Amino acid sequence: MATVSLKNIGKVYEGNVRAVDNANIEIEDREFVVFVGPSGCGKSTTLRMIAGLEDITEGDLYIDDKRVNDIPPKDRDIAMVFQNYALYPHMTVYDNMAFGLKIRKFDKEDIKKRVDQAAKILDIEELLDRKPKALSGGQRQRVAVGRAIVRQPKVFLFDEPLSNLDAKLRVQMRAEISSLHNRLQATMVYVTHDQVEAMTMADKIVVLKDGLIQQIGSPLELYNDPANRFVAGFIGSPPMNFMTVDVTEEKGKVYIDEGDFKLEIPKEQGDILKDYVGKQVVFGMRPEDLDYHEEEMKDQTIKCNVGVIEPLGAEIHVYVNTAKHQAIARVGPNVKLQVGDTIYLLPHFEKAVFFDLETELAIGREQRRQ
Amino acid sequence: MSDTTMETRQVPINKPPASVKVQRVLKGVPMRLILLAIILIWVVPILGLLVSSFRTPEAINNTGWWTVFGNLAATDWTLSNYISVLYADFMGLAFLNSMLVTIPSTVIPITIAAFAAYAIAWMDFPGREAIFVIIVGLLVVPLQMALIPVLKVYTANQLNGTYLGIWLAHTGFGLPLATYLLYGYISGIPKEIIESAHADGATPWMSFTRLVLPLSKPAIASFAIFQFLWVWNDLLVALVFLGTKKENALVTTRLAEMVGSRGQDWHVLTSGAFLTMIMPLIIFFSLQRYFVRGMMAGSVKG
Repeated sequence: MATVSLKNIGKVYEGNVRAVDNANIEIEDREFVVFVGPSGCGKSTTLRMIAGLEDITEGDLYIDDKRVNDIPPKDRDIAMVFQNYALYPHMTVYDNMAFGLKIRKFDKEDIKKRVDQAAKILDIEELLDRKPKALSGGQRQRVAVGRAIVRQPKVFLFDEPLSNLDAKLRVQMRAEISSLHNRLQATMVYVTHDQVEAMTMADKIVVLKDGLIQQIGSPLELYNDPANRFVAGFIGSPPMNFMTVDVTEEKGKVYIDEGDFKLEIPKEQGDILKDYVGKQVVFGMRPEDLDYHEEEMKDQTIKCNVGVIEPLGAEIHVYVNTAKHQAIARVGPNVKLQVGDTIYLLPHFEKAVFFDLETELAIGREQRRQ
Repeated sequence: MSDTTMETRQVPINKPPASVKVQRVLKGVPMRLILLAIILIWVVPILGLLVSSFRTPEAINNTGWWTVFGNLAATDWTLSNYISVLYADFMGLAFLNSMLVTIPSTVIPITIAAFAAYAIAWMDFPGREAIFVIIVGLLVVPLQMALIPVLKVYTANQLNGTYLGIWLAHTGFGLPLATYLLYGYISGIPKEIIESAHADGATPWMSFTRLVLPLSKPAIASFAIFQFLWVWNDLLVALVFLGTKKENALVTTRLAEMVGSRGQDWHVLTSGAFLTMIMPLIIFFSLQRYFVRGMMAGSVKG
């Protein structure tokens, strides 16, 4: 197994279109790393550069401490699973899986052993004689994964492998790929635009936007300590609520003022905001950190109107409107609400994140970590 | 339980009323009639050719070929026309010569064109667009324009009248179209399949031989038929580069000559013509099975 290291990697396409800018990523041995971001953020390009399918314009790429910038894909010892499966249509499932081994001149016995073993892991043993067109989407994706695992490569690369599957199958395959990772103890790099996939599968998530890495960290780090507004909004479902508020100070206490409501900030968070008194900041709050209250609590609750109610069974998502903003709150299943009700939400300030209005960076991250 | 299903099935929800059915059939009638007419126009002369080629010269001269259908048993069937054409008129030799010319003249351009099409479609090298544009441009050059210059080069290099010469000539004339057609097909192979092969460890040569060639069978087969028929039926290029000497004349040259020398001998001409037709028919029907639709089915999500 292997480590992968990207140092100042950049990709510029013809016509000076920059797809990836100055990417530095360290992928440890046996780590499951997920690149996540909206479409066009450069995540697939980065993966394809690791695979060798795309030239590297700038920087150095190392696999196991060996610089591989100029090494063709076939000599990098990687295996890739594509979004649209990319099976060889004229070959049976067995031959599809054996292709890479035959090319590498493995002996027949060994090929058969490996294919059978992979087929068993993926539960596609009875499909080995079929052609790809006789398979369902989920089965095809399994074959594509099987083709990768028989090779036992240094690094597995997955390029949005589940996005062509229906929702139920996607959840199932997600768990299967995760357990495959545990079982094979292999280094895997996985690209997706689905933050749920990223959160559930990754050891480490790399969030990208417009070719720039926004933040690298474990799922919970990203969730609890986002580096900027983009990461905060991208990770988590329903997304974090953002409100633009004025920071004020009265009698040594820091308040944020939305216009329609005013909240007193506890001392710890207030200290972080001291530099912003008299300025505006973006106040970020996850839906689960807003508690439902029927009664107003002075300078502590957000007054709002219920817009939409989404009962999910175990919880209710309530879309509320304040004077200037919209927000989502997660409340318990037994709360009785009606559209148009005025309710009060009590934020857990220790979970709140404030962002600079201009730079959109999280304010006081260093202080909070201490 | 099964009874109820039977009953539900009998409810004629989707069954169109009889009148609609009749209308549908009637709608297809004109098309079928036209097709039938075209088939008749093509088949009747061929049938006449076939029947005449097995009749004695006297019979051909005295009665029409269609009269045999009145009394199939009573007709004097004969193979002597074929025997005389094959041996006395050198048609057998011409047949072999035609094979000797046509098969390499089909295989060589397809091989080169497949390589070229793969390279232009999937390999990155400087000038590939320029090369492709030149190839497409060559499509419009009529081969008649090239005959004299090529002949000059051949004479200077003693290629005139040789098989190698005519192979190269047909290869040259066939290549632009072959490359263009195969490029169209090969470039349509999903990119991920090729990339996946490379990630699997394949060299360009392997991805060409193990993926692109097998997947391009339909395109290769259709061009093979096209090129084979064109070379087999070609008279002009054969006359110019191979000449009319009996020992290396082709079926087309022989047939043309026989029309001149034995224009009245219908029995010989019909059998000669039929011999000429056999090969293209064999080629067509044997390659036809490669016209497979949905070759790429199941490979990538559409």
